[in-house]
Amino acid sequence: MSESREQRVLDALEQGRRRPPKFTAPRIDMSHGAGGKATHKLIEGLLLPALNNPALAPLSDAALLPFGDIQLAMTTDSFVVRPLVFPGGSIGELAVNGTVNDLAVSGATPIGLSAALIVEEGLETEVLAHEVEAMAASAERASVSIATGDTKVVERGKGDGLYVITTGIGAADPELSLSPASVNPGDMILCSGTLGDHGAAILIARGDLELEAEVLSDTRPLTLLVRALKDVAGPGLRFMRDPTRGGVGTVLNELARDSGFGIALWEDRLPIRDVVNGACEILGIDPLYVANEGKLLAVVAPEVADAALEALRGVEGGEDASIIGEVREEPARMVIMHTGFGGTRMIDMLVGDPLPRIC
Amino acid sequence: MKYVDEFRNGEIARALAAAIASITDPDRHYKLMEVCGGHTHTIYRHGIKDLLPDQVELVHGPGCPVCVLPMGRVDEGIAIAERPEVIFTCFGDMMRVPGSKGSLLEVKAQGADIRMVYSPLDALRIARENPDREVVFYAIGFETTAPSTALTLQRAKKEGLENFSVFCNHVTIVPPVRALLDSPDLRLDAFIGPGHVSTVIGCRPYEFMPEDYGKPCVVAGFEPLDILQSVLMLMRQLGEGRCEVENQYGRVVLWEGNLAALKSMAEVFELRPYFEWRGLGFIAQSALKLSSTYADFDAELRYSTPGVRVADPKACQCGEVLKGVLKPHECRVFGTACMPDHPLGALMVSSEGACAAYYNFGRKSFEKVEIGSKE
Repeated sequence: MSESREQRVLDALEQGRRRPPKFTAPRIDMSHGAGGKATHKLIEGLLLPALNNPALAPLSDAALLPFGDIQLAMTTDSFVVRPLVFPGGSIGELAVNGTVNDLAVSGATPIGLSAALIVEEGLETEVLAHEVEAMAASAERASVSIATGDTKVVERGKGDGLYVITTGIGAADPELSLSPASVNPGDMILCSGTLGDHGAAILIARGDLELEAEVLSDTRPLTLLVRALKDVAGPGLRFMRDPTRGGVGTVLNELARDSGFGIALWEDRLPIRDVVNGACEILGIDPLYVANEGKLLAVVAPEVADAALEALRGVEGGEDASIIGEVREEPARMVIMHTGFGGTRMIDMLVGDPLPRIC
Repeated sequence: MKYVDEFRNGEIARALAAAIASITDPDRHYKLMEVCGGHTHTIYRHGIKDLLPDQVELVHGPGCPVCVLPMGRVDEGIAIAERPEVIFTCFGDMMRVPGSKGSLLEVKAQGADIRMVYSPLDALRIARENPDREVVFYAIGFETTAPSTALTLQRAKKEGLENFSVFCNHVTIVPPVRALLDSPDLRLDAFIGPGHVSTVIGCRPYEFMPEDYGKPCVVAGFEPLDILQSVLMLMRQLGEGRCEVENQYGRVVLWEGNLAALKSMAEVFELRPYFEWRGLGFIAQSALKLSSTYADFDAELRYSTPGVRVADPKACQCGEVLKGVLKPHECRVFGTACMPDHPLGALMVSSEGACAAYYNFGRKSFEKVEIGSKE
């Protein structure tokens, strides 16, 4: 009796989850920008219904647009980081790498980038020049040109010094079919290096925490890592994402939901620097939800997993690559982690901003 | 990570788990309540329930200070935060807690000057830096955080800072535990006592649990090995028929507590005659307000907060779920009126609350997850 009542409740919840979300918030708050559940609601409940079309619908890192005999990959991203310069990088470098990486993890070779600069009145020219030079250097490193752009100046107080918006187009690889639908139980999940470096570096650089720790942002182009993976895994490469906002926890939850399969992680295989772990521990933040700007997650067929790992480790920026988990039939649409302590833990999608806990 | 990894050692965990299993009576069901939200977090984060025998169940207690705050107190905080002259400061996880018309995060989006701080001393610094603004600190927490609020107020008084005040929502741990123990339908065998609260109040305040109610209590630390060891200590007490307060967290907690902190608290605070808890109703002498010596710093007086009570919907059954009488899905409003996006009861507020976890993960939130190899 109570068993069937419980099942009814669970079925009703599941039905609710499968319905497209409605966006009911009367105003936008900071949680809508954090990359977790609230951002999903905003995108799927407000943006997608209005703009709906086949290219947008998969909500992947880059959209694929048929163009003659090939497919073009297209992506855009805005960068609003504070401070503009942080240990390990700066906004200009981030803006180029971020868009290059969205193309790269979609399996596309970058063709060209656009850059729009929104500059706040009063910004020192030297600061702007530094960022433009950083953009040029990053573009050269990723072998792509910034082919067009735009500048706007806004009044003092209306922007954090500088916002950068970049858009990229690339040529999709016809040999690859990267999508959650290509993922199968038994596939392995690789991560190209240590997790949480960028987010931790920014938190510490803001200085509100009075923490002193040497953490560098991991911002870098992923093009070489992706090429190495493609070469060795070929069609065994099923899916890639760069776990930026919302972190690994959020990306893997999206994959679990979209593929219909379960994902299991092994905590003791997650590469996390001691200093990042320590900072997160003090702040009460989980490194699984902290942003990365130079890491990729890849799902590969089990028979190529070891070779793919070796390939990643052989490329600069992939030295700490690790096989962190696998795709399983169950628990469907959920992410679990086998903890180093010997238990298991459910990993949810990030709920709001990763706010520090008081206890 | 040094000083942390030692307390998360999987090998020692297996040895402790084996010791617990060896003294578990297969025909008995054990219900142990961890009072503190920090323990609940550790239990989830490290998957501790998977290491315990089926007969041993951990029940999550009322010790999450953010979750138990009633809507009326959130609303009053929001009303202060909305005043144009006010810079409103609070801890991060308070930002999301819903009042009857939204959260601080939403009010911030409407233009209120709300700033997240890591310590009340940060709020004091903001007050010094903004002499033309009124800075209000939204104080929450059990005895763990109350001393830092007390110290901040002592400092503010000494400096004669006039643009600083505190909206005090500090609560105390013993009254809600006593209220739980008083209920006739309670089905708990023993308690894992809150370690960080005890660094301040010591272990003596828990002596009523074995003496008046016959329930053992072990004050525990927050690393997963601390929890396992505390479970073992409780199981030994239950097995041997002993019933007392023990201190597992001896590396931090003194039996008598922190006398300097208690002295500061005694100067700055006094007990409220009663206070409302989300989902649990009014509990006598369960919260602190500023003493008359510090009345000048009391935001409740400065802004004449009306003390409006927003009734918990009658259907909310958090109390029954806490006591272990009901499972989350048996609550009348679970998943309909009460959901993680708009929680009614305390157990839906934090993602680790029993109801929120059940909402997100179904039976897997309390069942053992045994699927596939762990290697």
